[in-house]
Amino acid sequence: MTRVRRWLPGLLLVSPSIILIAVFVYGLLGWNFKLAMTDKHDEIAEIPGNFVGLENFTGIWSEERWGLSVRHAIVFTVVFVGGALVLGWLLAFLMEKGIRAESGFRAVYLFPMAVSFIATGVVWRWLMNSATGEHAVGLNRLFHYLGLDFLQWQWFRDPDWGMAAMALPAVWQMSGYIMALFLAGFRGVPEELREAARVDGCSEWGVYRHVVLPMLRPVTLSALIILGHISLKVFDLVVAVSGKQIITDVPATFMWTAVYDSHDPAKGATIASYIVLSVAVFVVPYLIWDARKGKRS
Amino acid sequence: MRRRWMAAVAVSVAGLLTLSACGGGDKQESGGGQAARKVEVFSWWTGPGEADGLKAMREIFAKQNPNFEFFDAAVAGGSGDQARALLSSKLQANQPPDTFQGHAGAELQGYIKSGKLESLNFLYDELKLKEVFPQQLIDQISVQGQVYSVPVNIHRSNVLWFNPSVLKKAGIDGAPKTVEEFITDLDKVKKSGKIPLSIGSQWTLVHLLESVLLGSLGTDAYNALWTANADWSNANVTKALENFKTILSYAGSPQDDWQPAAKQVADGEAAFNIMGDWAYGYFHNPPEGGLGKESHKDFDWAASPGTDGTFMWLSDSFTLPKGAPNRDGAIAWLKVAASKEGQDAFNPLKGSIPARKDADQSLYKDYLSWDLEQWASDKLAGSIQHGVVANDQWRQAITDAVGLFQQDNDVAKFQQALVAAAKNSGQ
Repeated sequence: MTRVRRWLPGLLLVSPSIILIAVFVYGLLGWNFKLAMTDKHDEIAEIPGNFVGLENFTGIWSEERWGLSVRHAIVFTVVFVGGALVLGWLLAFLMEKGIRAESGFRAVYLFPMAVSFIATGVVWRWLMNSATGEHAVGLNRLFHYLGLDFLQWQWFRDPDWGMAAMALPAVWQMSGYIMALFLAGFRGVPEELREAARVDGCSEWGVYRHVVLPMLRPVTLSALIILGHISLKVFDLVVAVSGKQIITDVPATFMWTAVYDSHDPAKGATIASYIVLSVAVFVVPYLIWDARKGKRS
Repeated sequence: MRRRWMAAVAVSVAGLLTLSACGGGDKQESGGGQAARKVEVFSWWTGPGEADGLKAMREIFAKQNPNFEFFDAAVAGGSGDQARALLSSKLQANQPPDTFQGHAGAELQGYIKSGKLESLNFLYDELKLKEVFPQQLIDQISVQGQVYSVPVNIHRSNVLWFNPSVLKKAGIDGAPKTVEEFITDLDKVKKSGKIPLSIGSQWTLVHLLESVLLGSLGTDAYNALWTANADWSNANVTKALENFKTILSYAGSPQDDWQPAAKQVADGEAAFNIMGDWAYGYFHNPPEGGLGKESHKDFDWAASPGTDGTFMWLSDSFTLPKGAPNRDGAIAWLKVAASKEGQDAFNPLKGSIPARKDADQSLYKDYLSWDLEQWASDKLAGSIQHGVVANDQWRQAITDAVGLFQQDNDVAKFQQALVAAAKNSGQ
């Protein structure tokens, strides 16, 4: 009885949230996977849909639009994650040197975080207007004024590298946050360790190479995961910048048109499943690693 | 220990109560005696002009039906994207509004096939509507002899807008009559240094495609594309798609939407733009909602190349969902929407023309009087982009094909995609 008394109150306390999460997160996730494995390709008709196994999952790869949206998502992810990591790291590195008015700079770089992707997208849609020459507006206009006309390009309308342009607003928005993460990481490296390295004759570069950077690995990993899952699910930014056009199609916008324009729930659920799975590729190894680390300590 | 227990129980009970409270709220909303008199009219008319038109019809409704209360369930968003998403979830849950707006034609097919709509033949018979709407319109919106909606207005899709002074400078007199002439003219404009054809985002290309298909194939062949056993793989379609490719090669850089593309023509940067007749309001209206330009001088229009004598139409219409909570109220609304009085109140404000043949012509000026004339005399063809000839799946497949074509310019692949789209549409 005393044992029950020890764990039951705690369980009761968390049970509402356990139930809610079980139903509304995992329950609906399961329902989505189930729907993805049926042939319910009509939204309105009241047919339950027959089980077809993984047919939708394999069939979608023969669609040209799907291949394109996956390619776009990969280009976007590489540029966005890489760009935000490098820029954030660089900002933190400069900040860590103890510049004057550091807190002011920190606030300035963090501000974009407070803006929603939609607002960012609306502003950058104008900045990245594809008109060139005398009709140019936004960044192309700026290049024109600076006499850098050769830098004018189609931005997100470029057929090959448009998605790299699409990643720029995201980099702008998230690099300040990554800077904050890295700055905390830098500050977490004890001064004694650096001193010790210097005493042992290590150059300043060597201190970073062999002492600080290895200790930043966990921070880098968290940053990678945070950016990675944002990137694979990106939807609002793309819609705000270009709407639902093939030229900037990503899996999430494809899912949107599949459900609301083509009225094909099974296809939408299939795409949603792929998005969940691709995010899981990022998150699950991290969770395992985190759990192991917890056990060790 | 005791207190911790109590606290835990209290918190979990509170949590459960919140849950059940959410569940209870829903039920109250749909029941209630008051709802019987309310008529919920679902539309996406919230913009300038269209909202005014809706208000004018609403006043007529209130005057004729003092025992019903009009409830405006409009959802904002151009061409009804958001509204339709909400609507289909309502219909799925069998909680339809009393009446809802939809593009007349194939866009409603999904609802019709799954039995969500009531046939309106009884209303057409009672009001003798088959005599006042053009016969071709009735034919094109009927499904197996049944009509499921009441068209309130008509818009025209195949309009070529152009800037007369840009044309003059390029040495072109008058709008091109055929697709071949159009291509020659585009080339002349290009040589004069202006943008030959302005385009907007992806959907405006689908809009352009429907005009090019109609202009290249001719009305009968175009209309045949939407019948059973249509042949999308023949050489004429290939030729039409080649024309589309050539025309697109003269297009300027894509703008964000149709308005900036139309503005390029008004500003004299571009010569031509193919857009529906809602562009007239944008060109003509005073600067709050439009560009304040003068017709025939700053901008002008003609039937899009090769389509003179054919009216590519689209129409907003109202329906009667099965299980409408207030069926009598909905029918009363449909009667207003179908009436001459209702349509003549709505259309001059919205900037469209009535579907009825007996409209009061003096109310429609400038572009609209030309439009009305054409509507009375032309052959009819239905729009793709605006939901007349292709159901949603088919239209989306065509849109995808156009988007992919924009990237690779491969006509053969484009045609294959269109053939597949027609086959898989289930229409």
